[in-house]
Amino acid sequence: MKTVEEIKAAIETAVPGAKVDIVTNPGPSGQHSLLLGAQTAATVATFLRDDPELALDFLSNVSGVDWPDREISEKVKVPKQVVKTVEGVEQTVEEMVEETRKRVEPGYLEAVYHLYSMARKHGPVVLRMRTANRLDSVKLPSFTPIWRSAELQEREAFDLYGIVFEEHPDLRRILMWDGFKDHPMRKDYVEPDDFEYEPTAHDEVLARAQAHKTAAGAGITPQETGR
Amino acid sequence: MSAPTADISIQLARQEGWNRPPVIEPDGEGELLELAMGPHHPSTHGVFRMDVALDGERVVRLKPVFGYLHRNHEKIAESTSYLASMPYTDRLDYFCSLTNNWAYALAVEKLVGQEVPERAEYLRVILAEFTRIQNHASSIGFLLQEMGASGTPLMYAFREREKILDLFESLTGSRMMCNYMRFGGCRVDASPAWLDAARKVVAELPEFVDEFESFLRTNEILTARTQGMGILRPELAVNAGITGPMLRASGVNYDIRKVDRYGIYDRFKFRVPLGDHWDIYDRYMVRMLEMRESIGILEQALKDIPGGPVMDPKAKIRGFRPKPGEAYGRIEAPKGELGFYLISDGSPNPYRYRVRPPSLINLTVLEDMCLGHNVADVVLIFGSVDIVLGEVDR
Amino acid sequence: MLGEGILKGLAETARNFAGSFVSKERLTTVEYPEQRIPTAENARVFPFLVYDGTDWEAGLRCVACQICEKECPPKCIYIEKSKDKKPDYVGKMQIYPVRFDIDVSVCMSCQICVEVCPFEAIKMDTDFELSTTDRFGGLLHDRKQLARSNEYYHTIHPTEAAEVDGRLAEEKVKAEVKAKAAAEAAAAKAAAAAAAPPKPAEAAPPARPAETATAPKPAGGGE
Repeated sequence: MKTVEEIKAAIETAVPGAKVDIVTNPGPSGQHSLLLGAQTAATVATFLRDDPELALDFLSNVSGVDWPDREISEKVKVPKQVVKTVEGVEQTVEEMVEETRKRVEPGYLEAVYHLYSMARKHGPVVLRMRTANRLDSVKLPSFTPIWRSAELQEREAFDLYGIVFEEHPDLRRILMWDGFKDHPMRKDYVEPDDFEYEPTAHDEVLARAQAHKTAAGAGITPQETGR
Repeated sequence: MSAPTADISIQLARQEGWNRPPVIEPDGEGELLELAMGPHHPSTHGVFRMDVALDGERVVRLKPVFGYLHRNHEKIAESTSYLASMPYTDRLDYFCSLTNNWAYALAVEKLVGQEVPERAEYLRVILAEFTRIQNHASSIGFLLQEMGASGTPLMYAFREREKILDLFESLTGSRMMCNYMRFGGCRVDASPAWLDAARKVVAELPEFVDEFESFLRTNEILTARTQGMGILRPELAVNAGITGPMLRASGVNYDIRKVDRYGIYDRFKFRVPLGDHWDIYDRYMVRMLEMRESIGILEQALKDIPGGPVMDPKAKIRGFRPKPGEAYGRIEAPKGELGFYLISDGSPNPYRYRVRPPSLINLTVLEDMCLGHNVADVVLIFGSVDIVLGEVDR
Repeated sequence: MLGEGILKGLAETARNFAGSFVSKERLTTVEYPEQRIPTAENARVFPFLVYDGTDWEAGLRCVACQICEKECPPKCIYIEKSKDKKPDYVGKMQIYPVRFDIDVSVCMSCQICVEVCPFEAIKMDTDFELSTTDRFGGLLHDRKQLARSNEYYHTIHPTEAAEVDGRLAEEKVKAEVKAKAAAEAAAAKAAAAAAAPPKPAEAAPPARPAETATAPKPAGGGE
């Protein structure tokens, strides 16, 4: 089977103007992936499925991944006006001073696709697509018209992560109930406060029980076990 | 029959919407009867609902509803260590806990590049094939129960299954939730006494499969209800990501044990049964024949198993921190392709842990197979897909 | 003939039915609870704490290292350490758990706590008839309910218990050998110091008796 670089070259030859980058996998598994741009992704996917050599007709897995915003602090040299004594005289001189700057790298939602070929018996080829951000611009093209197996898995990615797949025939929640708000698999998901008595006296459980005891005015007091 | 080549799929792909379910027009007068089959249903293999719209007895629309057994397994795994997720994988496809364990162990071993000693590989194959036999026997038993056989074939299957579960209990400690594979091998070694008991069970299995097959194969009710029913075309099966016995009954020769050759499967001689007619009867026969092939693999493995350690001495149990990276590992579970996709960021818990559930993806084409048939056939077609809700909803 | 297949199937079931009157292996029903199947030796149900000897508090092997608490997947173990110490089977002073709760309704019998325990203190029981009428605390087992003797461990898992005893005996022997060697080394040092001519300054004689006094303290072993 071709390596990732060869597949990238084949895609760029067949679909001119396609945006394809390689994302290397630092671990020992050697499964590198191709990052596709959202505009041309559907054409690239159709090429990958219909190409006689690659023949990636089997979409095995669609996962959503959440990459939240990251705060990066870096040291940058900036020119600044500094008051210094030069030869006994105070002057304002321009100098390069090192400063720690913090910037927020915006997070995104990612959809990862694992493709295999049943005709040629090779694989996997890993594709990725990233949304622009996690808040409002979360649309990605759907691969359901190309591979039917994406139908239920993209619904799951929508349900648990909030990635909206355009041209999906039936995009609605699959694992959570209709009418559920929020997307549970995101890293910043806060669980609802549905307190139930749990006797295992672990720290968070105790804290939650305590909060409810004081809030409810000791309405329900759990039994003390004989010690 | 070989896999449909890319040429056929190119021709079909030119037709817009070829892989969408057909649209059935109701031909009677009056309204459609909208029925919810499930979640409390004796034949839905768990808590599962199908919203069917009926025109008389014919199914016009069928929408499956999932999520009744959603236990948040993937999110729990993000806050648990890699080792502690292993008992949770038992509970995914709760019939086949050892193959779930193996798939997860394989994915983690790919993530870190871990080697597995030879005896451990043999033990893994032996346990996986036992799991496959008991799963296929139960699946056929359940299919016949849904046909109305009131549990007799099921109890025959369960009688053999009990022998296999007793073997599991004496080796791993538990009948169903085995928690036996570890990253780098297996948890404990199998004693020579256990291997002899396993050989005894394998010696009795061919007689059971013969008995099971003989009293079902020519049964008129079975043949009348399953032949020609629930047809799944191979190109649709490939495009919809169907794997496992359902794919092979549609004539596509794709068995991950032969394609990926994970573990030591390339050392064993076994055939892959394929179906010609793509219907429920073919799925039943493929499972029956796969049981026979598994018995063959077991006999070979039990004969050749070498000595040695069952755990790589360099493998870490506690303090396991894989380097950042990702891996996708998959095996041929009895229900289909079970894959685990793991992303590690260097911490003791995975960053992203995804299970590729064969049962959920095999249900993609439930609507296509059921439309146009009677309601009574929906239960059979659904039973031939062979799902477990623990895996569908995770 | 139509129906031939069904008749063949019925013949099969009739054979099994008649056979169940004559052959033991065709009759597979066990009338629980009057008859019970003996559990396999390796079966695991819920954990228990092992103690040596007759006094469960003094002989408890657990040293409250909290490794099982950290590794438990559903976090059903809760441990509180003691402030004082008590001697363990090699004589070393160890802390002990003042509180060791296992919530049996949460425990999923995965046996990871047994695998990671470095002190052979927690093992798996085979008793599954644990139903209780107390909905809240009845399935939260504390230290006293969990402690079972080493003899009980021998009755439920004989081979495993024999192995564990062998390992612990080995560790004890190693610890004793180490302690003896340390004592001999200290005594030899004291003898050499006494033989050397007494000199003024740092090497003060009062330091020597303190060294020999520490020799009987057992050296760190058996971990």
